[in-house]
Amino acid sequence: MSDKEKAGKAAAGAALAGVPAEPGAPKADAILSATGVRRAFGGLVAVDVEHVEIQRGTITALIGPNGAGKTTFFNLLTGFDRPSRGSWDFDGRRADRMRSFQVARAGMVRTFQLTKALTRMSVLDNMLIGAADQVGERMWAGLVPRLWRGQEAANRERALVLLERFKLIDKREHYAGELSGGQRKLLEMARALMLEPKMIMLDEPMAGVNPALKQSLLEHIKDLREDGMTVLFVEHDMDMVHEIADWVAVMAAGQLITEGTPDQISADQRVIDAYLGAHHDAAQH
Amino acid sequence: MDWQFVFSQALTQAIGPTMLVYALGAIGLNLQFGYTGLLNFGQAAFAAMGAYGLALSVVAWGLPFWWGILIGLAAAVVMALLLGIPTLRLRADYLAIVTIAAAEIIRRLARATVWSDTTGGSDGMRGFSEPFFELIPWDRDSTWTLLFVSMDNGRLAVDFGIFELQYSYRDTWIMVVGWALVLLICGVMALLVHSPWGRVLKGIREDEEAVRSLGKNVFAFKMQALVFGGIIGAVAGFLFALSRANIQPDTFTTDFTFYFYVVLILGGAARVFGPVLGAALFWFLYNILSQGLGEAIRADVIPPSVLEMTQVGPLVFLLLGLGMVLLLIFRPQGLIGNRKELLFDVR
Repeated sequence: MSDKEKAGKAAAGAALAGVPAEPGAPKADAILSATGVRRAFGGLVAVDVEHVEIQRGTITALIGPNGAGKTTFFNLLTGFDRPSRGSWDFDGRRADRMRSFQVARAGMVRTFQLTKALTRMSVLDNMLIGAADQVGERMWAGLVPRLWRGQEAANRERALVLLERFKLIDKREHYAGELSGGQRKLLEMARALMLEPKMIMLDEPMAGVNPALKQSLLEHIKDLREDGMTVLFVEHDMDMVHEIADWVAVMAAGQLITEGTPDQISADQRVIDAYLGAHHDAAQH
Repeated sequence: MDWQFVFSQALTQAIGPTMLVYALGAIGLNLQFGYTGLLNFGQAAFAAMGAYGLALSVVAWGLPFWWGILIGLAAAVVMALLLGIPTLRLRADYLAIVTIAAAEIIRRLARATVWSDTTGGSDGMRGFSEPFFELIPWDRDSTWTLLFVSMDNGRLAVDFGIFELQYSYRDTWIMVVGWALVLLICGVMALLVHSPWGRVLKGIREDEEAVRSLGKNVFAFKMQALVFGGIIGAVAGFLFALSRANIQPDTFTTDFTFYFYVVLILGGAARVFGPVLGAALFWFLYNILSQGLGEAIRADVIPPSVLEMTQVGPLVFLLLGLGMVLLLIFRPQGLIGNRKELLFDVR
């Protein structure tokens, strides 16, 4: 463990010290605070979260069995779905009425469970499209290269630094479609960083990644915290949650059933019940 | 039979007025479909907006020619907005359905008898093109020769020795204006698609949710592509109307749209000059086949028991269709498309 990582982990631990391990526990400095978030599809209530806060500068894992509503909750928070009711603040601004692209501009950037690399574009173009506030993205300005060339060069510099860091620099001229599944995950994360987000939302970052790449992906996620970002990620793999999460929120059947440190969560009977279905008779399955 | 004549004719057509109409219509589609992935199946209606905008302004409302051009362009913009606002937030196929239906509605409205005093109903309109041809900067009797290009009493001839291209006084003017527009618009397109704006369009084509997650207002970009592509479609409509000096509603059927698609796919989508090359090849093949077969029948090379003159038209389309299928199998990227791009799964 590097010194930087130790410092990051210690800071996150200190920020969460004294937070009770119960659903909806208030945090000292919450970057995201949601209340009464409900999303129903017809009669099915996919998400019904009373209250949740995410501490700034920490890595928070959102876990739960399949169908618990994790991804739906993610989609709601990032503006990719509309809630039936509920409201939330992100970084001091009301965010529940924002559209997905406005959420991203406000500093909350997401990745997808099924990686969305822009396959028929080069890796470098995938990165450049991520940069915010580009003058050349206005149609008329696009016609006058003089207006955007400087900004483009600066974005390119930044993209190359990130590609170097994510070990994709040799692939920069390749089509994104030529990358392996794991490399696409890395590209997606690197691309999200082009927006310089305050909070990054990773939907199953480890899904479909081979074990060799897993470790490096974990390190990259820790680096995000060390660089001052807040990370919220959905994950199934408890080992991974243990290794990198500072805080864990558990969802089951659309509700937030508990929160706590990874150690508290692994000892929590409610979590075990939710995963293993202890309330149900085995014969019913 | 005179192969030299057939070939000359086909070549004349391959860079002639009709080819320019196809090229322009397909350039507009290229922005929408090739770069942004918008399935606009109503490009014929955008052309109709241009053509009818011009004709109605000049003939029915007695406005000056340039007002007609402005009104035609404005009509295309309005139509793009009307179609785009409800559909661009939905999945891509909705736009396809709505545009194909809208194009039929436009055509039916244009040929409706209710207001045929104004629109001419199914007979269409004429008498709007004089101001355009009055702009021709050379006289009807001008005659000169420059190397292999010559003008004889206002008519243009290009003599390559074995074959000769000839254009009438008016066609020559259509070509001067048409080629100028094609080159200008291709220049603008080249700048646009290589700008960050064009990059966002390509991103939307690949995966619009990803682009949305990166903070881009996808709806606005799609709308810009739809409007600008529609404007280019209207320009194709102007040229179409002026080159024939009349308009008829039934020339704006969905076939017209699908020829634009053929041209685009033939040339290579998402390439700036793809539509231009595609239009030239498409119109060359169409002409060499129909004129070649016609000539062969006239010269009794093909006896009437095998093929009659009236069957040439359908046979040519059958052959072109077959050619299209073979192209999609053996060269799906078109003439100048990038094969590599097709090797990946789109999802």
